[in-house]
Amino acid sequence: MSGIVDKPFTLAGVTFSSRLILGTGKYPSHDIMKRCHELSGTEMVTVAVRRLDLKATGEASLMNWIDRNRLRLLPNTALCYTADDAVRTCRLAEELGMSKWVKLEVLGDEKTLYPDVEETVKAARILVKEGFTVLPYTSDDPITARKLEDAGCAAVMPLAAPIGSGLGIRNPHNIRLIRETVKVPVIVDAGVGTASDAAIAMELGVDALLMNTAIAGAKDPVRMAVAMKKAVEAGRDAFLAGRIPRKAYGSASSPIEGLVE
Amino acid sequence: MTVWVNGEAREVPEGTLLSSLLESLRIGGPGVAVEVNAEVVRRARHAEHSLREGDRVEIVTFVGGG
Repeated sequence: MSGIVDKPFTLAGVTFSSRLILGTGKYPSHDIMKRCHELSGTEMVTVAVRRLDLKATGEASLMNWIDRNRLRLLPNTALCYTADDAVRTCRLAEELGMSKWVKLEVLGDEKTLYPDVEETVKAARILVKEGFTVLPYTSDDPITARKLEDAGCAAVMPLAAPIGSGLGIRNPHNIRLIRETVKVPVIVDAGVGTASDAAIAMELGVDALLMNTAIAGAKDPVRMAVAMKKAVEAGRDAFLAGRIPRKAYGSASSPIEGLVE
Repeated sequence: MTVWVNGEAREVPEGTLLSSLLESLRIGGPGVAVEVNAEVVRRARHAEHSLREGDRVEIVTFVGGG
């Protein structure tokens, strides 16, 4: 790829060479998760905050399987349903992780896991005021994305489809509108099912992708992690390269003149 | 007196320090964060925070998530 350059992916002043952010949930084992993190090239992984199991003895802590020299931690507020709960979780995450970066997720519904955007914006305003670097999970609505940017979020993270659904990019037009609407990085978070979905998202011009289930839930997670790395890079390059316009009819690739008669 | 630790009632002597409660549970180090009555108590202050009857203590850690 000599001579082919891309501007680096920069988030809140931090530069990443990978545009893929991974989760740490639902892997068949910690060992497989670690391999996925290595081979995907990711440089940031999400973690959740939960009650410590007081009865567990010699717990195999998740943190033993995360290479903190290479991976930045992004604590989430997964399964919070109010702004207050999300803010409280972020304060705990700061105490745990010694960092003010958070993935803000305030859900509105247990069935669809769709975000409650009103509570998300409310929480974002409080957290930004407290000095957090807020990366909010949101719907694919450009107006909400703009409100989150105005609230001081460091990025916006619209869903491609419901969390864990693997339905792919359901509304590419809206994702593109969001990319046009805000200046902060756009990270597609949730909904990717397979490598082609990741490539499609990147071809829309978004800055990065966040995924968990698509890799952790694949039959061979490690191989899927490799596929996602390639798909994100391929999609990004295709976006930068600029696709050809779609035409209604064929257009020969070989010269029409000079055919033998 | 009774305090609530991660939702479960626990009997502790009057005026127990948060640090003593954590020691009795064999919990410590950077892998946990602690709240009392929904407010984070910073690690550096565990040894000066005395618990009171009915306090709700939450002890959390990082787990896998997306």
